[in-house]
Amino acid sequence: MQQEVVLAMLAKEPSHGYQLRARLRQALGPLGDGMNDGQIYVTLTRLEKAGLVASQPAAGLPERPDRKMYELTPAGQQRVADWLSDVSWPRSDLAEFHLKLIAAASAGLADPLAIVDAQRRELLRRLRDVQRAALAEPDRSAAGLLLEGIVLRLQADLRWLEACERNWTRKDQS
Amino acid sequence: MNGTADVTLVRARGLRKDYGSGEGLVRAVDDIDLDVQTGQTVAVMGPSGCGKSTLLHLLGGLDRPSGGEVELAGRRIDTLPERGLARLRREAVGFVFQAFHLMDELTAVENVELPALLAGRSPKAARRRAAELLEQVGLADRATFLPSALSGGQRQRVAIARALVSEPLVVLADEPTGNLDSAATMEVLRLFDRLHQAGQTLIIVTHDARIAATAGRLISMRDGAFVDETRLTGGSTGRLSALAGLDG
Repeated sequence: MQQEVVLAMLAKEPSHGYQLRARLRQALGPLGDGMNDGQIYVTLTRLEKAGLVASQPAAGLPERPDRKMYELTPAGQQRVADWLSDVSWPRSDLAEFHLKLIAAASAGLADPLAIVDAQRRELLRRLRDVQRAALAEPDRSAAGLLLEGIVLRLQADLRWLEACERNWTRKDQS
Repeated sequence: MNGTADVTLVRARGLRKDYGSGEGLVRAVDDIDLDVQTGQTVAVMGPSGCGKSTLLHLLGGLDRPSGGEVELAGRRIDTLPERGLARLRREAVGFVFQAFHLMDELTAVENVELPALLAGRSPKAARRRAAELLEQVGLADRATFLPSALSGGQRQRVAIARALVSEPLVVLADEPTGNLDSAATMEVLRLFDRLHQAGQTLIIVTHDARIAATAGRLISMRDGAFVDETRLTGGSTGRLSALAGLDG
């Protein structure tokens, strides 16, 4: 679990670990299913060591025997503010795929169109899986919005594959 | 596939449609064979101008082929006389278009019941069926609205209800999400998914990958011909959470 995400979930108010977990599950819906509960506590411990989070012993509910209440330190608040204003975006792996096609074609290792085709099938399967998860979400759920984002990205990738296909079809014929 | 016998509902052999002649001859549909089983959802994908809309028109009897055969439920339709063809379009085929094609001056429920009235159903029975269908597409509370008072997604759902009013053997949809934004597309996808679950046969021409991905059977078309067919069986590799950038 990315440290900044856990910090940001804590920005609302001092919280128990299980409350952070619930907030994440709410935000992620089916995408949070694989989330390992232990990870949050590991991350919290790290954040505490780094001075970004402070904890107080607290009496948990009987059925939720959390021993600690966590809150952001001023340094933690600063880190959250920096994270919110950070505009870096996850690296895409288009270049790797592009080079795969070039290498396959130039070394005669494989037909680039077959590679494009296999990739398209894989992306369509992913699209179908995400789409199914999205259809199962109630209207306007937080997780539905995230799923929509994944759908739109997959669509963009599929459009690029069409361009790859056109390009390598032309090269084939020349 | 799931225990029931596969029944071919739509069958095409050597299907061809030419426009123009001589130098200007365009073969919009070029020697296509197709078998669609009852209950299947088939997506035909391809760039604009690849002939996919023409194909749909031939399958639904909106247009006649230059060559080849089309059968619907075991009956040749390409040789039907004009009146028989009109009747077939009214009773056996439901059409959904990109631009909805609703009558602007009729309310939602009037649009839906219109084909049933034209097919000779009593006004009472037609209205009852139309109301049921609007309920099914989640628009019971919009029955008396004019199309102009509905959103794009709602209009398309009305158009889908209209396509279903005569309980067609097959629904043919031509770019049904072409004019819709992302949220409205989801509404329509959800509806198609429900129709599929209910056993409705659907043939959808589209370049929307979302529809293609949910169809299960996906045919790619180029220059009037089928170039590839994919059945999306099996799951994708990796987890949804990885797609969202959550893993690691």
